[in-house]
Amino acid sequence: MTDAVLAPPRRKHDLTSLEAQARVRKRYAAESRFKFLGVAAIVFAALFIVFLVSDIVMKGAPAFIEHRLTMKLTPTKEQVAADGKTDRASLLQGDWMAVVRSGIQGYFPEVTQRSQRSKLYNELISTGADVDIRNRIIANPSLIGQPVEASVLLSDDADLYFKGSVTRRQERSGRGVASVSGTTGDVQFVSNANDFISDMSRIRGDLSRAAALARLESSRLKAALETVAADRRSTLETQINDQVQKASELERRGLAVGGTEMIGDNTASILIKANGGVIKVTELGSQSVSGTVLIPLKSNTQVKSGEWQIVTLTTPEGNRKLSDQQISWLDRMKDEGLVSSGFAWRFFTSGDSREPEQAGILGGLIGSALTMLVTLGLCLPIGVGAAIYLEEFAPKNRLTDIVEVNINNLAAVPSIVFGLLGLAMFLNTFNMPRSSPLVGGLVLALLVLPTIIIASRAALKAVPPSIREAALGLGASHQQAVFHHVLPLAMPGILTGTIIGMAHALGETAPLLMIGMVAFIIEVPNSLVQSATVLPVQIYLWSDLPEAAFQAKTAGAIIVLLIFLFCMNGAAIWLRKKFEQRW
Amino acid sequence: MDTTMKPDFQALQPVSAESSAPAAVVARGVNVYYGTKHAIKELDVDIPEKAVTAFIGPSGCGKSTFLRCINRMNDTISICKVTGKITLDGSDIYDKSLDVVQLRARVGMVFQKPNPFPKSIYENVAYGARIHGLTQTKADLDQLVEESLRRASLWEEVKDRLDQTGTGLSGGQQQRLCIARAIAVSPEVILMDEPCSALDPIATAKIEELIDELRRNYTIIIVTHSMQQAARVSQKTAFFHLGTLVEEGPTNTIFTAPRDKRTQDYITGRFG
Repeated sequence: MTDAVLAPPRRKHDLTSLEAQARVRKRYAAESRFKFLGVAAIVFAALFIVFLVSDIVMKGAPAFIEHRLTMKLTPTKEQVAADGKTDRASLLQGDWMAVVRSGIQGYFPEVTQRSQRSKLYNELISTGADVDIRNRIIANPSLIGQPVEASVLLSDDADLYFKGSVTRRQERSGRGVASVSGTTGDVQFVSNANDFISDMSRIRGDLSRAAALARLESSRLKAALETVAADRRSTLETQINDQVQKASELERRGLAVGGTEMIGDNTASILIKANGGVIKVTELGSQSVSGTVLIPLKSNTQVKSGEWQIVTLTTPEGNRKLSDQQISWLDRMKDEGLVSSGFAWRFFTSGDSREPEQAGILGGLIGSALTMLVTLGLCLPIGVGAAIYLEEFAPKNRLTDIVEVNINNLAAVPSIVFGLLGLAMFLNTFNMPRSSPLVGGLVLALLVLPTIIIASRAALKAVPPSIREAALGLGASHQQAVFHHVLPLAMPGILTGTIIGMAHALGETAPLLMIGMVAFIIEVPNSLVQSATVLPVQIYLWSDLPEAAFQAKTAGAIIVLLIFLFCMNGAAIWLRKKFEQRW
Repeated sequence: MDTTMKPDFQALQPVSAESSAPAAVVARGVNVYYGTKHAIKELDVDIPEKAVTAFIGPSGCGKSTFLRCINRMNDTISICKVTGKITLDGSDIYDKSLDVVQLRARVGMVFQKPNPFPKSIYENVAYGARIHGLTQTKADLDQLVEESLRRASLWEEVKDRLDQTGTGLSGGQQQRLCIARAIAVSPEVILMDEPCSALDPIATAKIEELIDELRRNYTIIIVTHSMQQAARVSQKTAFFHLGTLVEEGPTNTIFTAPRDKRTQDYITGRFG
């Protein structure tokens, strides 16, 4: 009746008109634009993650591999048991490094000079090289005087050389028949083919480039000549003359045909391996070179074509930590079959060390585990208890409002502030042990509590009121309703919040710096009150060290930390999936 | 329309269920306030023992609010204030000395939406008995669970899967499970707050059948929006409007000869 009167006039929608089609197209365009932006954002983020992860993995992978010498060592009574006692304590006093040194001495009898010996034993061999043989003999003292196969840890620089990060190394066989003038000292090495012509042209190309640079510099200085004051003009003119002279000298050398070139420590090193020895080239001609013998040759007989090698070490000697001499010793060890590589279990089984090759993350791992134990032990009961009380039992009044607001505020407080609080409270007021996992755990508990309380309250709030009402309607008390029904349903959410909070705490560094967990600690902690460090702080410490090997260790420790965090987050997802209830 | 809304009461309702039965719940001068809102005004009503009483009325008229006063579920709402007197078997349920947990064991409740615990069917029924310590042995508990499920006419459907979760049942089965759960603690009164509003007609019919069975042993109060349902299952009907009890009486009287104009308008579908 009235419907007909009140009905709005029917508007005619022409869905085929041009305007309507344009509108539809516009809508679709807007939608696809939005989709494209979404995909682009995700791709962008994914690329960043791929870049980050691959960078860390590439940098960190060498940390999980170590090089060592596997060789027969013969510990003598004089070296390790001078007093004749073979109990553990006496054997620990022995000079085990001497055992290792005499073992290596067998391969390099010519190294007798004090400075040379130091370069061989102190710089290529780790200070922890004697641990393996010592442990073997302590386990079985009857082996003293007999050859025992043991592994000898190389130093970080030697290890890096075998990992290829000290210098690029190119080796090619000599084509000509070669003769050598001697077996030690300065020698002349002549090949009957133009074996060194490529090195010559490379060096001369470099010289020409350097000459061009000097010319450029001199013309820049000439242009500046007009603008400077008269009294400074003469010094500038000398500089220009120097540059011009340098340029013409370099040009002359660069364009020379035949002749020789000196090889200093700022150009790539060239080594010649022949007759079981190594010659370092000091003056290069296209056929004949002069050089110094690094490892004595066995004879000075003629060398057949293809039986000698030219090794080029791209990084100039002056720019690397290992000298040509040390590299030729390492190459020799490798040729002797002494060098083996393997998974660096040491990285997981030893504490921190000043020597990169001996440093491991066990101290940090155990420290982190103990700290997390304290944090979890405090946070879970206190946080969940507080959440249950605030959410279910607390009267809704001004006081609880203030508590609630402040808990939310605490979650946003910078972590370093908690560190300062911990320093003032736990260390200065309560005199708790500095650097200990106990204090670290307490500080991290303060940090994580707000997160856990907020997550737990959200989880409790998400349980439908119908479950509560059902329990109350059956005559359950408020507490029974909460503990029998609401809490089990909220548990997945509470656990997820807790694990994410713990993961946050695991990666936290700043507050721990404040309470002294940043110290260099070799001992692996075995109690809550011992000095310890944690994984992220270990990473922070290593990242600051100058040794190249520590860069790989840093990245390696980051990988371990990330794996831990992924596992914890995975556990959170798994728990949520497993215990999720539907109602 | 009107003819279908008024079924043949004489045929459905036994004459014995007249208001002559003794009252189980008596309310006198009940007022309920939600903050400043006066939700129920000066309500007086008698609920007969071992019979079904239906509360009808438009949404927001206070029938559910009053229902929740009878087992003091309104206590959980902090802004809710109840004055007046409600007695259960002669004792004041708002008396300070009365324990609300004990009261709720005597006055069971079935909610609008089936709300079984996300636990096994067995645990759902056994929970009330466990917290009130009604049984001593496992065998007793098993028997109680079976008996309660039988009374809720659910036993045959679930006896082979008692350890499966209660939330996996169909809506109608879930609601019967909730009824079984309520009767497992042997209440005197069962409150039902629109128990069939979330169910299909077949499930509804089963629940109504069950209500008819249950009234032999329990005093039942049912809030419903369906006049047909009120007519089918109840012996006494009370009509609420805007927080007041407009009219109460035997169901067939209310539906056939309402005294009040508002009742008349409501049951004939003029408003509400």
